[in-house]
Amino acid sequence: MLKLGVPSKGRLMEKTFEWFGERGITMRRNGSEREYSGAVEGVDGVELVLLSAGEIPRELAAGRIHMGVTGSDLVREKLADWPDQVEDLTPMGFGHADLIIAVPVAWIDVETLDDLDAAASAFRARHGFRLRIATKYHRLVREYLRENGVADYQLVDSQGATEGTVKNLTAEAIADITSTGETLRANHLKILNCPPVHRSQAMLFAARGADWEGAPLVALEAMLDRLGLPRPDGF
Amino acid sequence: MQPDKVSIQAEAEKLLAQFRAAGATLVEADILQPAETLLDLYGEDIRGRAYVTSDPLRGEMMLRPDFTVPVVQMHMAQGADPARYCYRGEVFRKQEHAGTRPSEFLQVGYEVFDRANASAADAEVFALFTDLLAPLGLRASTGDIGILMAAVQGLGTSAPRKAALMRHIWRPRRFRALLDRFGGRSPVPEARAQMLAQLAAAPVEELLDRAGPFTGLRGPNEIAARVAQLIEDAKTPPIAAGEVDLLDDLLALRDKAPAALECLRDLAVDMPSLGPAVDGFDARLVALDERGVDVGNLDFEASYGRTTLEYYDGFVFGFYCETRPDLPPVASGGRYDALTRVLGQGRSIPAVGGIIRPGIVAMLKGA
Repeated sequence: MLKLGVPSKGRLMEKTFEWFGERGITMRRNGSEREYSGAVEGVDGVELVLLSAGEIPRELAAGRIHMGVTGSDLVREKLADWPDQVEDLTPMGFGHADLIIAVPVAWIDVETLDDLDAAASAFRARHGFRLRIATKYHRLVREYLRENGVADYQLVDSQGATEGTVKNLTAEAIADITSTGETLRANHLKILNCPPVHRSQAMLFAARGADWEGAPLVALEAMLDRLGLPRPDGF
Repeated sequence: MQPDKVSIQAEAEKLLAQFRAAGATLVEADILQPAETLLDLYGEDIRGRAYVTSDPLRGEMMLRPDFTVPVVQMHMAQGADPARYCYRGEVFRKQEHAGTRPSEFLQVGYEVFDRANASAADAEVFALFTDLLAPLGLRASTGDIGILMAAVQGLGTSAPRKAALMRHIWRPRRFRALLDRFGGRSPVPEARAQMLAQLAAAPVEELLDRAGPFTGLRGPNEIAARVAQLIEDAKTPPIAAGEVDLLDDLLALRDKAPAALECLRDLAVDMPSLGPAVDGFDARLVALDERGVDVGNLDFEASYGRTTLEYYDGFVFGFYCETRPDLPPVASGGRYDALTRVLGQGRSIPAVGGIIRPGIVAMLKGA
């Protein structure tokens, strides 16, 4: 069987089911709301595995699932050298969100990354520690800031309610996913005037390290055919 | 072929014995180092490259990414003056990309803490490394971060602009962008121009009131101070084109050491701030020659060392195997006077040192 990992709840799951449904592949959950298994019709040999979206990158990397639907942000954050571990087959057109950097609205002297860098330098000189940016996207934010020559900052881990860290004095700025910006406004934060760290959306991935021998490869071909996608290199 | 650990250990012991014969005291360092000190020194990049773990009592700890920091700390706490140390042991570096670079490898190092004569200490370390590595036929690269710092300090511009350039010596792309902007070669970015217009429109107190509720640790006085600095900076005239050209010539300088010295002397005529640093370079070449280093064939690159960890602030060097460009440097090192000041809590001592990777030495010997 080809194991296909999809998000186990919420809008991401509904949208995933819809997306496949529009392409002639029907998915549904088995039994009760609480049971994390499902069925697939329209392509033979595919087993549905319902997982938390955050765990799908790891499962793909380990080859425990053959394919998976999750946010491009999660794959880039959680997998080193992600293109060597997974193939992105297609963007799915939903789950759009930007990973952005935000600072207090009162920072009238900070609009760009250059300003953030200069403010970080002055902050460190004054307070004796590096300017703190709260995020759960350590790899993406670090690579982005390095690329843009920002120094004198540190990342502090925040797995939730990240916008509140500035008010709570545990961070000076934040880097987080935002789809609307309302939470930012409510917490008196503004987005820096620079390209987002990452523009995320839901994508369909295939695992390079999974065992594709035999039936899974046949199912992959049937699935790609149904979705109108070319067979990627290396599969 | 990758040599086995036993032969790498044997190579490390041989190198260590030679460092001890050169007069160094053997020291050890803990593998678990407090993460805070290292993070504060190196910044976020080290978190990406070092293994961070947590200790129930001591908090965040790192598997040591190098020996320099613990050795400096030990010296500043209790060391004799002058002192020479050597060490060998594993260091740990996370690899973000698949490949052959090991995430754990041996280093053998030699560090000199000596106030007497910087050029002589630089030459001592480099000549020792040159002798030890001679059988491998490596190419040595050298540079001098101190010359770059002197050049920046000598620019005819405001102190904040010089400070901004100094901070980014180790980030060449950002340095270039700042220099182009301060030199009037690239226009003021639109976002900056807009912000300046807004900041000029009203007194800063009023602007702060209007911006919305205040939040966070960075205070209104800090914001106001930077606003004043931005307005001041906008009035600062561009760095003269001639000076930017001189700096460009310096950054591009790449030659054998004697020719590089000639060129630096020429540059120092128009950029007098270079004088002492160039004298230091000259004295180092004399000291190297006295130690038997073939100075006439020594490569010098003014920009060398700009992408390493940012604690080097003088002489920098690396030894490379030219037929194996895929390998990291076999050995590297440099002068780090400022680091001793940061870790010395008010005290400091001139220091220079370097490390050899016995794993690569063993590999090249076996090849």
